[in-house]
Amino acid sequence: MDKLDTRSGALVAQGPAAVMGPGHNYATITDKIAAVPLKWGFPRFWIVGFVIAVAIVQLLAGSVTMLFAKGTGIWGINIPVGWGFAIINFVWWIGIGHAGTLISAILLLLKQQWRMSISRFAESMTLFAVMCALMFPVLHTGRPWLAAYWLLPYPNTMGIWPQPRSPLAWDVFAVSTYGTISAVFWYIGLIPDLATMRDQAKSKWAQTIYGMLALGWRGSARHWVHYEIASILLAGMSTPLVLSVHTVVSFDFATGLIPGWHATIFPPYFVAGAIYSGFAMVLTLAIPMRALYNMKDFITDWHLENMAKVMLATGLIVFYGYCMEAFMAWYSGNVWEMFMFKNRAFGPMGWSYWALILCNVAIPQLLWLKSARTNTIVLFFISIVINIGMWLERFVIVVTSLYRDFIPSSWGTYMPTRYDWGTYIGTIGVFLMMMLLFVRALPAMPMFELRLIMPKKGAKH
Amino acid sequence: MPSMSGTNPQLDLGAIRERLAGESGPQYWRSLEELAGTPEFQDYLENEFPQVGTDWRRPLDRRNLLRLMGASLGLAGLTACTRQPLEKIVPYVKPPEEFASNQAVYYATAHLEAGYGTGVLVESHQGRPTKIEGNPQHPGSLGSTDKFAQASLLTMYDPDRSQVVLREGLTSSPASFWGALTVLREQHFTRQGTGLRILTETVTSPSLSAAIQAFLAQMPQAKWHAWDALNPDGARQGARLAFGEPLHTYYNVKAADVILSLDSDFLDTGAGSVRYARDFAARRRPEEGKRVMNRLYAVEVSPTSTGSLADHRLPLRAVEIEHFARALAAKFGVALAGGAATGSPKWLDAVAKDLNDHRGASLVIAGDHQPPIVHAMALAINEKLGNLGKTVMVTDAIEGSAGAGSLKQLAADMNSGAVETLLVLGGNPVYTAPADLNFKESFLKVKNRLHLGLYNDETGALSHWHMPEAHPLESWGDVRAYDGTVTLLQPLIDPIYGGKTALELVTALAGRQGTAHNIWKRHWRLDSKNAADFEGRLQKWLHDGFIAGSAPAAREKAVVSGNLQAVAPTAVAANLEVSFRPDSTVLDGRYSNNGWLQELPKPITKTVWDNAVFINPITAEKLGIEPTDVVSLKVRGKSVSGPVWMVPGQALNSVTVHGGYGRTRAGKVGTGLGFNSSAIRHNDGLYADAVEISKTGNSYRVVSTQTHGGIQQWKEMDIEAANRKLVRVGTEEELLKHPHFVKEMWEAPHPALTLYQPYDYGKGTAWGMSIDLNVCTGCSACIVACQAENNIPVVGKDEVSRGREMHWMRVDRYHKGDFANPAAYSQPLTCMHCENAPCEPVCPVHATVHNDDGVNQMVYNRCVGTRYCSNNCPYKVRRFNWYLYADWYTESYHPMRNPEVTVRSRGVMEKCTYCVQRINRVKIEAEKQDRPIKDGEILTACQQVCPTQAIVFGNLNDKESLAAKAKADHRNYGLLEDINTRPRTTYLARIQNPNPELGAA
Repeated sequence: MDKLDTRSGALVAQGPAAVMGPGHNYATITDKIAAVPLKWGFPRFWIVGFVIAVAIVQLLAGSVTMLFAKGTGIWGINIPVGWGFAIINFVWWIGIGHAGTLISAILLLLKQQWRMSISRFAESMTLFAVMCALMFPVLHTGRPWLAAYWLLPYPNTMGIWPQPRSPLAWDVFAVSTYGTISAVFWYIGLIPDLATMRDQAKSKWAQTIYGMLALGWRGSARHWVHYEIASILLAGMSTPLVLSVHTVVSFDFATGLIPGWHATIFPPYFVAGAIYSGFAMVLTLAIPMRALYNMKDFITDWHLENMAKVMLATGLIVFYGYCMEAFMAWYSGNVWEMFMFKNRAFGPMGWSYWALILCNVAIPQLLWLKSARTNTIVLFFISIVINIGMWLERFVIVVTSLYRDFIPSSWGTYMPTRYDWGTYIGTIGVFLMMMLLFVRALPAMPMFELRLIMPKKGAKH
Repeated sequence: MPSMSGTNPQLDLGAIRERLAGESGPQYWRSLEELAGTPEFQDYLENEFPQVGTDWRRPLDRRNLLRLMGASLGLAGLTACTRQPLEKIVPYVKPPEEFASNQAVYYATAHLEAGYGTGVLVESHQGRPTKIEGNPQHPGSLGSTDKFAQASLLTMYDPDRSQVVLREGLTSSPASFWGALTVLREQHFTRQGTGLRILTETVTSPSLSAAIQAFLAQMPQAKWHAWDALNPDGARQGARLAFGEPLHTYYNVKAADVILSLDSDFLDTGAGSVRYARDFAARRRPEEGKRVMNRLYAVEVSPTSTGSLADHRLPLRAVEIEHFARALAAKFGVALAGGAATGSPKWLDAVAKDLNDHRGASLVIAGDHQPPIVHAMALAINEKLGNLGKTVMVTDAIEGSAGAGSLKQLAADMNSGAVETLLVLGGNPVYTAPADLNFKESFLKVKNRLHLGLYNDETGALSHWHMPEAHPLESWGDVRAYDGTVTLLQPLIDPIYGGKTALELVTALAGRQGTAHNIWKRHWRLDSKNAADFEGRLQKWLHDGFIAGSAPAAREKAVVSGNLQAVAPTAVAANLEVSFRPDSTVLDGRYSNNGWLQELPKPITKTVWDNAVFINPITAEKLGIEPTDVVSLKVRGKSVSGPVWMVPGQALNSVTVHGGYGRTRAGKVGTGLGFNSSAIRHNDGLYADAVEISKTGNSYRVVSTQTHGGIQQWKEMDIEAANRKLVRVGTEEELLKHPHFVKEMWEAPHPALTLYQPYDYGKGTAWGMSIDLNVCTGCSACIVACQAENNIPVVGKDEVSRGREMHWMRVDRYHKGDFANPAAYSQPLTCMHCENAPCEPVCPVHATVHNDDGVNQMVYNRCVGTRYCSNNCPYKVRRFNWYLYADWYTESYHPMRNPEVTVRSRGVMEKCTYCVQRINRVKIEAEKQDRPIKDGEILTACQQVCPTQAIVFGNLNDKESLAAKAKADHRNYGLLEDINTRPRTTYLARIQNPNPELGAA
């Protein structure tokens, strides 16, 4: 325990009260968190939410069935706009998937105690977002039955490897690595809690299942030593990934020569955007969940405020990216870039650019106000707005760059179809369904870590 | 039997015996023709076998009557014996090598349009015609074709073609049809043909003309009428007005230094346009240090390809064109009843002066749709300028149908009950006839209506009998070219649906029967002055595809003697005017069911799958008409409604509507598209004034491949295109003074500026292409040729509206200037085969790669369809199979496809390959013969078809190749050079030759 105490050393200085509500001890933490999955039956809100989520998943099933039966033609994409919702959604989901690893890895390395209560939650969200994201690159191809494995480097009779110069091939490596590390990190982090669940469970079934998942965790000092090493190692491995995944995703655009894509600012600006949207999504989910499960003691207003600050910071980086894009379009004196920006902001699809500025730049400025950061309603509203704004950002990048490029005769337009919407909304259904299953089946917060940061006996707050 | 009545058969058989007996040594004979070798014998043979009729010309005496009665009784017990002897094209038992190896074989035949023919060579794979090319020796083709010749292949394989004989709409048999025809013939024969009429389109075919004349000689009271919506009477009547007889004129465009087009789209439409375009282009290639270019003035109502190439274009309303011609003719001293001055006097003076400065080397061309007086005046002006015999050739009439009655007379006669039996031989008059003739009502009054047609169309549906017509690719026949050269048709394939030709029907009507081949051959044998070695010459004709030297000689002296003063000028009304034109891709509706042509963007407007009311945006604004409005046009009580389409350059206060749409029985493809402009057309001319236009309140979306959104966006597009120097334009003057001006318009980066190690293409071959914008008419034949060659699917209007057309090649059009009279530039665009191809590094699966020759290739089997390549293509020339576009299920299309090109499946990217199959075909041949590939040996499909030879393809490493030379030209530039794609396809800048007196073009 000494060792663990060193980890919580920074905690006291930061004001333990804000990290957790008053009056908790080891037992109450464990009971409160473990009770959610272990309690028999389903709360009403959970059933309602799950039914809705599964209904939305049917939309995905229907859309994807049509897609396989007919082809990508059922979407609104065309020449010149060869990528549409699928790629927008892919980037959006991957972006959302950044919060979990950032919270678990980077904040762990930075010894930010406040990350603990939201880390499990954010990691799960990451995992599900990456799952949703991974659907799109496969679905969007013309021949998904081949794309599903031809992009992987496997020895084959044709003697052909994936093309190493293509950012899409890089994507495969970046995203699959990220997905794998995230899953491993998430699972390793769960093990001590799964053991707690095993011990807390009353029913034979629950004991068996949690027992198997806990991999024989007994909480011995040896276990903890190994656990700590694994955590730090995985955090170290994940940290560059947080930066690299969206960097590589941004290469899909930045290495292209289409004006509006061909920009060196893309990697940092994409990473900032990813964190921005990731935190927005954590807030979007955490605010209702802590209310519904009465977890305000563990996800306190201080947590929310911290996340709001991260959003404000990354939001400003993103805004800087927009400004630089406009500045460079003018400063370069390049005819293509200048037209691109003029067209992006004032062309027939200019509405999307200004909607983006409204959502991602204008409204989030409210976060400068402490009153906004501490008002959950306002925060929830802002987080939704940022989610929309970040989706619009990808829309603007993908569509408004493509629809009017070099040769005016091939200018076109883009109009999503119901199948585009069906697939997009369908993945939100998958995400919600997975989140609901997660909070029902697994401890949504790391009990063992919360026990560490519990206010010390006698400490005042 | 006719020939039995004489002594010939006996003599012939005797002659055979004599000949056999007279020969010494071993005798082998392969055929009776070879054996007998005399025309009489062949005539006998051909009449012997198919002959079932009796000679009705013989007077019916008592003995004959009894003989006939006896025979009839005897035959009554037998079933009908009218079956024709089978003449089958059967597969070889031991095929020649090229058949077995599926090598392409070419046969010469002709493409027919409006009664005129262009020589073509048809590529055939194992007996299946797969591609049509121009006949390089034929004067009307010189190796190129127009878009219609290319697309006629699809029509031949069209599953919607009529397939069976129909009697009142129900399936019948050919035997019943022939039986009925024989009965009708008998009925009318006894009355010398009273009440019997035939209606054809324009006929220039010598054999068909002769057959009709033979029939008319038998039945003097029968009458021949001709109606051709594509070949209006103007030129014929104009010649009659000028010369007193319907002489034929054609032009020697090459010899003209100054050309004035009076609403003539001679570079893109009409007989001879392919040749005219070639000749015109020959004078549009600037040379260093000297002036060589001709100058073209165009006066026109709607923008055309010809107008877009003109050095000076003047939009005038149709009625004003007549007055413009009158004013011009007056300047040259042609005696006329005066007309009101129209247009710009400065323009008129400049043109008159320019024409006058080039006497004998100038040319005034009146458009097909102009009234006779304009044609007559054009001839008169040409005469005054001394152009007759130099740039304007006048010959004897070549249209057999020149003397035929008009559709108007036929309608009147049908109405009065004078027509008892009408044979419609081709054409679809019920649909194409002007509304005021009430043709349909009159037609229904005819007791016996017979129709021969490729489709069971509007006319076929109202006929008692409908007989499927053989497609020209299935027919024996002949036709005259624009200059009168006899061009032969030979079948590439047995008629798929048992179709017959007009020649067969007319021959049967004249009481003679025979297979199409026999009838046709008989004509030429009898026509042949020199009977000896007829077979040998026939073989040569068929091999060549035409009869060399068969064009009528140009008259040395043709004098305009007609009294043009008698024709009063048409009053110029100030109100809105409507002009009628055949559609630029489906013509008068004969190609309505042809998907290739429906989906082909129409020159200038780039609209597809629809016709529209063409209106200038300025006029539309004045009338309060918005771009998607549906308007109603009312002319003398008849009205039709259709969507408008904004056409910059359309004459103000005028609209143009096109035929070929609003079909009710075109087939699965063409039925129900657009509106029928014939509904407001009157028989007295191809334009009408006092048009009432009103908005119907509906809106409709006409789809164009190039323009989306409103007028302002079009403008933005044109402005951006100009900013980006996509089409570089200058004048000949400029080029002479400052040869490098084209290259100086934009800076290209240094070739070494690339991240990846550049490949050395300096050795071996480096394929490249050059496209000369100066001679591109925008006719779009290249697009159809590419479609036919590369098995490119048709996707339909809805998919085109989503930006998913599949053409590997497109012809972009940009305007410059105001809406009243903008310049229009056409720019064909295919895959540029960039050396630094942006599509290649982004493909994750190596599906698009370069070969050693510098060709950017698509590996369909490897493609998974990420579409990244298309996004990253700055030229947007890649096409994606969003659905399974290729028609895998229509059997009749299978034999049409080029067996050398993969039929692409769903989810795969595709694009121009520089016709890699053609490259490889030649490459293999050259390797087999151990020799280098000769320049010009490989022709890409677009290059081969191009009437103006704007497209040149070749090895850039061979400095003597035409392509390398074009690239060395000062006019050469690459599109989007500054992004360092290093395209292999480059352009030659557009050079104008404006008249200094009129300022810039």
